[in-house]
Amino acid sequence: MLDFIQQLVSGIALGCVYGLIALGFVLIYKATEVVNFAQGDLMMLGGFFVFTFIGLMGLDYWLGFLFAVCAMAVFGMATERILIRPILGYPQFSIVMATIGLGYFLRSVAGMIWGTDDLKIETPFSTGVLKLGDLVIAHDKLSVIVATVILCAVLYAFFNYTRMGTAMRATSENMLAAYYMGIPVKRVVSLIWAISAAVAATAGVLLAPITFIHSNVGLALGLKAFPAAVLGGFGSIPGALIGGLIIGVIETLAGFYLPQGWKDVAPYVVLLIVLLVRPHGLFGPSMRKKV
Amino acid sequence: MRFVFKTDYDQDIRLLKHSGYWWSYGVLLAALIAFPYLVGSYLQSQIVFVFIYAIVGVALIILTGFTGQASLGHAAFLAIGAYTAGFLQSQGISFIVYFPAAAIITGAVGAMVGFPALRLSGIYLVIATIAFAFIVEEILARWESVTHGNEGMRVRTLDFLGQPVPRDGDAFYFLCLLVLVGSILLALNLLRSPTGRAFIAIRDSETAAKSMGIDLAGYKVKSFAISAALTGMAGVLFAHKMSFISPEMFTLLLSIEFIMVIIIGGAFGVHGAVLGAIFIVMVDPFLTALKDDVPVLGASLASSLGMSSEGSGKLRDTMSAIGSAAGLKGAIYGLIIMMFILFEPYGLYGRWLKVKLFFQLFPLYKKATFKRQKTYVKSERNR
Repeated sequence: MLDFIQQLVSGIALGCVYGLIALGFVLIYKATEVVNFAQGDLMMLGGFFVFTFIGLMGLDYWLGFLFAVCAMAVFGMATERILIRPILGYPQFSIVMATIGLGYFLRSVAGMIWGTDDLKIETPFSTGVLKLGDLVIAHDKLSVIVATVILCAVLYAFFNYTRMGTAMRATSENMLAAYYMGIPVKRVVSLIWAISAAVAATAGVLLAPITFIHSNVGLALGLKAFPAAVLGGFGSIPGALIGGLIIGVIETLAGFYLPQGWKDVAPYVVLLIVLLVRPHGLFGPSMRKKV
Repeated sequence: MRFVFKTDYDQDIRLLKHSGYWWSYGVLLAALIAFPYLVGSYLQSQIVFVFIYAIVGVALIILTGFTGQASLGHAAFLAIGAYTAGFLQSQGISFIVYFPAAAIITGAVGAMVGFPALRLSGIYLVIATIAFAFIVEEILARWESVTHGNEGMRVRTLDFLGQPVPRDGDAFYFLCLLVLVGSILLALNLLRSPTGRAFIAIRDSETAAKSMGIDLAGYKVKSFAISAALTGMAGVLFAHKMSFISPEMFTLLLSIEFIMVIIIGGAFGVHGAVLGAIFIVMVDPFLTALKDDVPVLGASLASSLGMSSEGSGKLRDTMSAIGSAAGLKGAIYGLIIMMFILFEPYGLYGRWLKVKLFFQLFPLYKKATFKRQKTYVKSERNR
């Protein structure tokens, strides 16, 4: 039984990692209905930024964290301006391909700049564990869980209770109508890319002690976080967290109880089954199609 | 510009619209048949890859370009075709049997993938095909009695009715050419039939197609099955060309490469598949060639512009260092995808059409002819 609970806890920790990245997917989708396949690579870039600030320039951890998040927010805005804005409004598949191209590009360039070795930084969470009776949780994983829950709550409140959040939801509903209502659509879109890149940077910094900083880390985690976002229903912020948790728990438990090989496939099998039953994910809207 | 006076419907759907088509495609075919006798073995081998990629490109154009169903799982269909060929050949079954068998099996799997596609659309479909591809990849790695797992599988030389067809020989080149021409003709004939028109109607508006009495479910499954079967055939040729197959050859990156084929070529016509395949296959040897020449060229250019010999030497070293950096190919791939989507959304075939129209209408060409209609984003949720 203790085994099971311990596995469950580490599954939840892993799930929060996926949830944190999935949050970035969901944010951009929620405001602009664009799917950003480069989300994992933005996270990777955030990790490299924080390595540059802390590891190379010797800044304090929290200061480096702040700088990396701000730098990534600017980077996200620039990406939106250069790559996304000209093709916004064209078929979704071409935007998806553009972000896949961006991911390719960022991965290779990061590998060329920072090298292909695993890098790591000293963080306050790198060592130390929390003991609850017989349960053991490492501090680095705990930091991810706490950060994911806080970010989810903050962003949920932002989308539902602020003027800007409402404007973002309106933009995603119907861009032209939003223009007519006086919503600064361009600023909304560029802001959401900044927020999403900042969330990705947060994920990159918090994951630095767990997965290390490497140019391919984004692809691997992004491909797992993507099903999490889909499972939760792409436009739902709590859905991202819950989808992440489901994927994380299933993956960990499958790795523990099922024969070898199931660990990597189980999340996708569950995803396919869920999509067959509920084509818009667990928390997605199930509206009728209108002509 | 030639105007064809059409008097009946048969004339409208004719594949070769006028005598110019006979000439241009006849010359092209003659050139392709003469090719193996003119070029070296390396180039010939690259062209065989172009053919294989082009077959997959045609398959994807039927599915994505004409039915509007996105797929990032075509590497899995290729793998199923390749492994079917490898396994059946090792059981002593002849090419005549396993070539169609691979197409039928892959087509059946494609139809099975098509069923979830009935309820999914847009991004949910993309992720479902990615999930399918991952599952196939894992099955290939684990089903060791058939696929030999991660060790990979040797594929013996193709044996056509007792005649060996070595993978570097002329006969293999002609076989690939034959399959490519066959699949192009199949695609073109499909597209002028009621089935093809139904596909296009589904792409343009599902709701409208449904209200015109088109059986969405049936046609979507058909489109997936045809596309998968063509890819399976390409897989057989791929397996023989590589002579060794293993699961890590058929990853998501290969699926992305296939999508790049139709994006770069232009997804609205079968020409796009061929042009895109040429681009994707040839970009690699082209970059390798550039890697050696560009630094020297850059340095000599710099010194002729008055830079000191020390400075130009440094420039050459920097340029060759960048050129030999490990990730350069990925960066260039990424840039190519982004540039095509931003600046050449109709792909190479679109550019060809634009250039052609420019000369046909010479002083009267206007850019707006090819301007895309930009739509304001409306939520998919209530579309």
